[in-house]
Amino acid sequence: MWERILHMLRKEFAQVFRDPRMRMVIFGVPVIQCLIFGYAVTMDVRHIGLVVMDLDNTPRSRDLVAGFLGSNYFDALRRTHDEREARGEVDAGRAGAILRIEAGFARELDAGRTAPVQLLVDGSDSNTARLVLNYSQQVVGTFGRATLEARQLALTGRRPPPALVELEARAWFNENLESRNYFVPGIMAILVMLVTLMLTGMAVVREKEIGTIEQIMVTPIRPIEFILGKCAPFVVIGFIDVALVTLVGVGWFDVPIRGSFLVLLGGMGLFLLSTLGIGLFISTVSQTQQQAMMTTFFFFFPAMLLSGFIYPIANMPEPVQWLTIVNPLRHVLIIIRGVFLKGVGVDTLWPQMLALALIGSAVLGFAVSRFRKTLA
Amino acid sequence: MNLRRLWAVARKEAIHIRRDPRSLILAIGIPMLMIVLFGYALTLDVDRVPFAVWDQSGTPQSRDLVARFTASRYFSLHAAVDNPEAIERAIDRREILLGVVIDSRFAEDIEAGRPGRVQAMVDGSDGNTAAIVLGYTGAVAQAHDRAIALEQARRRGVDVPDTPVDLRARVWFNADLESKNFIIPGLIAVIMGLIAALLTSLTVAREWERGTMEQLISTPVRPAELILGKLVPYFVIGMVDVLVAVGMAVYVFDVPLRGSVTLLLAMAALFIVGTLSQGILISTLARAQLLASQLAMVSTFLPAFLLSGFMFSIANMPAPVQVVTHIVPARYFVSLVKGIYLRGVGLETMWFDALLLAAFAAIVAGLAIVKFKKRLA
Repeated sequence: MWERILHMLRKEFAQVFRDPRMRMVIFGVPVIQCLIFGYAVTMDVRHIGLVVMDLDNTPRSRDLVAGFLGSNYFDALRRTHDEREARGEVDAGRAGAILRIEAGFARELDAGRTAPVQLLVDGSDSNTARLVLNYSQQVVGTFGRATLEARQLALTGRRPPPALVELEARAWFNENLESRNYFVPGIMAILVMLVTLMLTGMAVVREKEIGTIEQIMVTPIRPIEFILGKCAPFVVIGFIDVALVTLVGVGWFDVPIRGSFLVLLGGMGLFLLSTLGIGLFISTVSQTQQQAMMTTFFFFFPAMLLSGFIYPIANMPEPVQWLTIVNPLRHVLIIIRGVFLKGVGVDTLWPQMLALALIGSAVLGFAVSRFRKTLA
Repeated sequence: MNLRRLWAVARKEAIHIRRDPRSLILAIGIPMLMIVLFGYALTLDVDRVPFAVWDQSGTPQSRDLVARFTASRYFSLHAAVDNPEAIERAIDRREILLGVVIDSRFAEDIEAGRPGRVQAMVDGSDGNTAAIVLGYTGAVAQAHDRAIALEQARRRGVDVPDTPVDLRARVWFNADLESKNFIIPGLIAVIMGLIAALLTSLTVAREWERGTMEQLISTPVRPAELILGKLVPYFVIGMVDVLVAVGMAVYVFDVPLRGSVTLLLAMAALFIVGTLSQGILISTLARAQLLASQLAMVSTFLPAFLLSGFMFSIANMPAPVQVVTHIVPARYFVSLVKGIYLRGVGLETMWFDALLLAAFAAIVAGLAIVKFKKRLA
């Protein structure tokens, strides 16, 4: 039996690595993904283009404008008094907000009355708009606090305490709030899933499509040996991807790895049960590589989106949150991030490992039994 | 170029598609699934952050602060605890994102005119969410600080308004700040990238792999006719997908469409020709389906998803990545679609994006034909 598996393995490895471009894809794609996620995926919003319409143009109004521009969140895109011009910048998508200070701002302020300030926000990107509103509230709040202090000093001659609530904020596990620390380790799960799911499925179907499966059937190889031989190269590629992502993440992006690499490998191993199972299942229901690819995507895409990889599960509607429990990607991501960022071990991660083992053995068992039937 | 031969290739390709009903159903089904997921389940808005509080002070002042957190729609109280380990455990188990610890001398300090101390511990694993949570927390603390300062000033007889500066914010284009309104239009671009990756990237490689390409070559059909003929049926599928997406956006998810539908469809057609040609180009170069599918994923779907500004705003990316996004056609399409949908603007503001899109389509289609000729020779 082992000899036959070995032959099968050699054939599969030869087939996958024969094409130098395929080698490039298998090892290049993980690196490209790491770079994109390491650099491009960030929701933190800075340097929002601000159009300043300071119609008051007094030291007080300029102070407020300076408060906005000094906050690091806003960049002065242009200063104008012309409403149409300001609006044009927003229409063209260059400006995120317009700050409009009416004439009489300083007068109201000095008289101890509320001075209104207008902010027009481009809401087309709701996430950015929300942050813009938040930042602006903070800037205006700080300015209002300073006004209060100045007024108190002027009226009573005593300087009030500068701050009455002191917030000491600390972020655990990821002190500098680098989003790449969160995304880059997660890529390994996505890659392993894509490689094992799509490549396994397509590799089996390819034999059906070009007719070589008949030739394999007439050899003495048994279905289980065929399955093992087909899956093994992709398991190897999957683990190489894990190592690659870890290498790029730790070496290039300085992502910390605080837990044990062994726990990580264990988690990935359990995860492979599910992905190989789904890959095999897809190969049994597909006749052409096109079908295999599309069916893979039909599984892969919702699995990726409903895993918490990018979109937090806590934000999903409750029924959908329940649905994510059967998603192996969700569990393995918790394991990966737990190991990388939190440094937790099996004692905290055992529920996820158990879930992966259960889902994996169920899916793989079903797929193998189906596979035997279609081959026989 | 002979239209009759072109049409024959298109018919042949259409028969292929018809014979594989599952792929056809998925080609329409996957986009619908994506729209439902994004319209219903997926959002990056951070709301109702679960938090735990350890109020060591237990005074009216500290309870006021806690009330300020619970009253905010951004926070939801998970538990009030009485030791630091409970907070740590809850964060480890991912039950809470934020732990607030109020110092035991909070009230005394404030009365004495010293800052009362509050600690916020946030689970930083997801840096984006954590930054937003910290922003909200800072805003709550700041609002509380202002309220106390105001009260103390009034007690000393200083006459001040509640809010010295009143920020009147108005949100344009998307007044309720609904993320679906900006995500679903952009999704059309992602779907197109996907169709190119899933459908057209395999179409030429399949003929090579199965050996039917030699038969095609022996017919009088010319490269341009073959490539364009293969494009036609997929173009139809792509346009059906666009119509389905636009229809679902309007009728199921109530996304307002402020601009011109005709312009939207025209731009979509340009973009589809571009990405489908890109798929065919990949297919011609790769010759093997496995390879073509992987290349197409990396060059059409991933950039359309991550580098187009569909969800992650390009302005926030580091400068070198921003440069790269300029060669991603989806970038121009996404900005066009969002402009048409949300701002209701037309070609007068966005002619340059449209021009680039047209140029991209022409160049890639031309390249696919040229490369195919070379392959044949």
